[in-house]
Amino acid sequence: MKLGFDIDSFREVGEALVRNKSRSFLTGFGIFWGLFMLLALVGGGQGLKSIVMSEFEGFSNNAVVLSPSNTSKPYKGFQEGRSWNLTVNDITRLKNLMPELDAVTGMVGRWSTPVTCGDNEFKNSSLKGITAEYIKIETPQMKYGRYINEADVIQERKVCVIGKDVYNTLFPNGGDPCGQYICVGSIYMTIVGVDFNSGNLGINGTPSRSVMIPLSVARKIYNYGNLVDILCCTVKPGIKASSLESKFRQTLSRYHYYSPDDSEALICINTEQIFNIADTLFRGINFLIWLVGIGTLIAGAVGVSNIMMVSVKERTTEIGIRRAIGALPGEILWQIISESIALTVLAGSISIVISVMILQVVEGAVKAPFQISFRTAVTAMMLLAVLGTLAGLAPAFRAMKIKPVEAMSEE
Amino acid sequence: MIIELKNIHKTYGGAQPLHVLKGIDLSIDEGEFVTIRGASGAGKSTLLNILGILDTYDEGEYWLAGNLIKGLSEREAAHYRNRMIGFVFQSFNLISFKTAVENVELPLYYQGVSHRRRRELAMEYLDKLGLKEWAGHYPNEMSGGQKQRVAIARALITHPNIILADEPTGALDSVTSQEVMKLMKRLSVEEKVTLIVITHDLHVAAEAPRCIHLRDGLIVE
Repeated sequence: MKLGFDIDSFREVGEALVRNKSRSFLTGFGIFWGLFMLLALVGGGQGLKSIVMSEFEGFSNNAVVLSPSNTSKPYKGFQEGRSWNLTVNDITRLKNLMPELDAVTGMVGRWSTPVTCGDNEFKNSSLKGITAEYIKIETPQMKYGRYINEADVIQERKVCVIGKDVYNTLFPNGGDPCGQYICVGSIYMTIVGVDFNSGNLGINGTPSRSVMIPLSVARKIYNYGNLVDILCCTVKPGIKASSLESKFRQTLSRYHYYSPDDSEALICINTEQIFNIADTLFRGINFLIWLVGIGTLIAGAVGVSNIMMVSVKERTTEIGIRRAIGALPGEILWQIISESIALTVLAGSISIVISVMILQVVEGAVKAPFQISFRTAVTAMMLLAVLGTLAGLAPAFRAMKIKPVEAMSEE
Repeated sequence: MIIELKNIHKTYGGAQPLHVLKGIDLSIDEGEFVTIRGASGAGKSTLLNILGILDTYDEGEYWLAGNLIKGLSEREAAHYRNRMIGFVFQSFNLISFKTAVENVELPLYYQGVSHRRRRELAMEYLDKLGLKEWAGHYPNEMSGGQKQRVAIARALITHPNIILADEPTGALDSVTSQEVMKLMKRLSVEEKVTLIVITHDLHVAAEAPRCIHLRDGLIVE
């Protein structure tokens, strides 16, 4: 019995496919399109995900931001609807009372602060008064100089770290600006560092448009006294930030006289939630991609199966002749399955090549990883071989059942 | 004794069962040239199909070269057909998308003969039948006589013990019929093949030293 892929069976399969070019082409196109959709969607989804995820770049995924809000319950003689503020003392309190926390820092944020250097002006910077620990919440990518340190905060030095966009506007000629003075709001400060983080997620404004100064300096300039706008914390590894929410409320309620079970008085935002939303979203998208892609692919395979069925019907005589002159049933079975596999794999390979080329072009244009991995391509290839075999099975069994006598009498 | 039939019965099932062969006894010697004649419906084709192991029989015994042909698997049947029997059909039954030489070498393909050897043998046989120049032509580029000669070459190439021909001249004009029959006769002698031909044609039947007449599923020699 002749099974397997020798040169002769290749010739036989080739002949069968070439004999009916347009039919082979259209059938192959079903597979081609199915796989192309799948790969284009997989590549596209992955590229989009990485684009969206780059927005979160440098931002801690276990940070919690605490912000005061009007109380919603009367408590200890205070009426509901009272407004209150966080203070610098809360930083120490949280550090002492909540061992789950890693870094705790306060922040003073002033939006739309103009920054000038000579004739160059950056109008809408986000001024952030921070402590050295803030480095753990938004990781900077220092291009020049250093970040704000503890000494800056303690000694109330008038120093600043500027973001990428601010730097590019104020120093169009480039170069290291450290040591130069710029006017932040109405106060001159020394630049100590430049942060090139280009993520789009940040507290009180994106990093690239920020000017960071020591918290103590910001509080003095803007008359905050011992108040801060918000508190930012990171949670120690292994602890879920979302599980600490009620503990934050209770801890701070003792000092600010709001009800410990007032869910509105303290706004708790944890970045874990944001990451989870994005993550769930992309998992959903991914699922849809595979659903649609594989669905299209299967539709293509059913097409192949259908066409092979018609083809077998049409070739009853030919198959009968082959059987009469000595072909074994298994050889006929294998021939039809090989044709199906050849058609599927051929169309599929072309599809893989074209999708890879298109994704490469997109990748070059958008500068995000759109290309499918080699593993995906190999998986797709194997999927095709399996689909081809399955698609060929039913027609092949029908072909195998053809009796030589029937074939002869059909003439 | 290459073929020995003992009391062969064949009934086609269905709503009204049709008893086609009603006890055929027949012996054919090696190298014999036999024609089978009979009105349509007499069971000629059924007999030929049974002889060619294309169909099964219900009762009796069929011995082919000392082997009892009964209850064979598809595999065994295919093997006997491939090695011992050559077919020539009224409608030629060439594969239309294969050239003459490819058609001729097809039985060898299923024997697993190498490509080069197949081509050599096929060309040799086409040459014997005077079709060497037509080797590269497709069936639809050839005349009926040529097609039938290609079919004969295909039947002979495996050196079969018997050649079964079902109305081999049915689709040919009388002159070509004569030619084809003469050719088959000559080749059967040359190749020492037993030749069994079904025919209506009295001229064709006259070529054969032995003529079997079938009537209503029985032999009336």
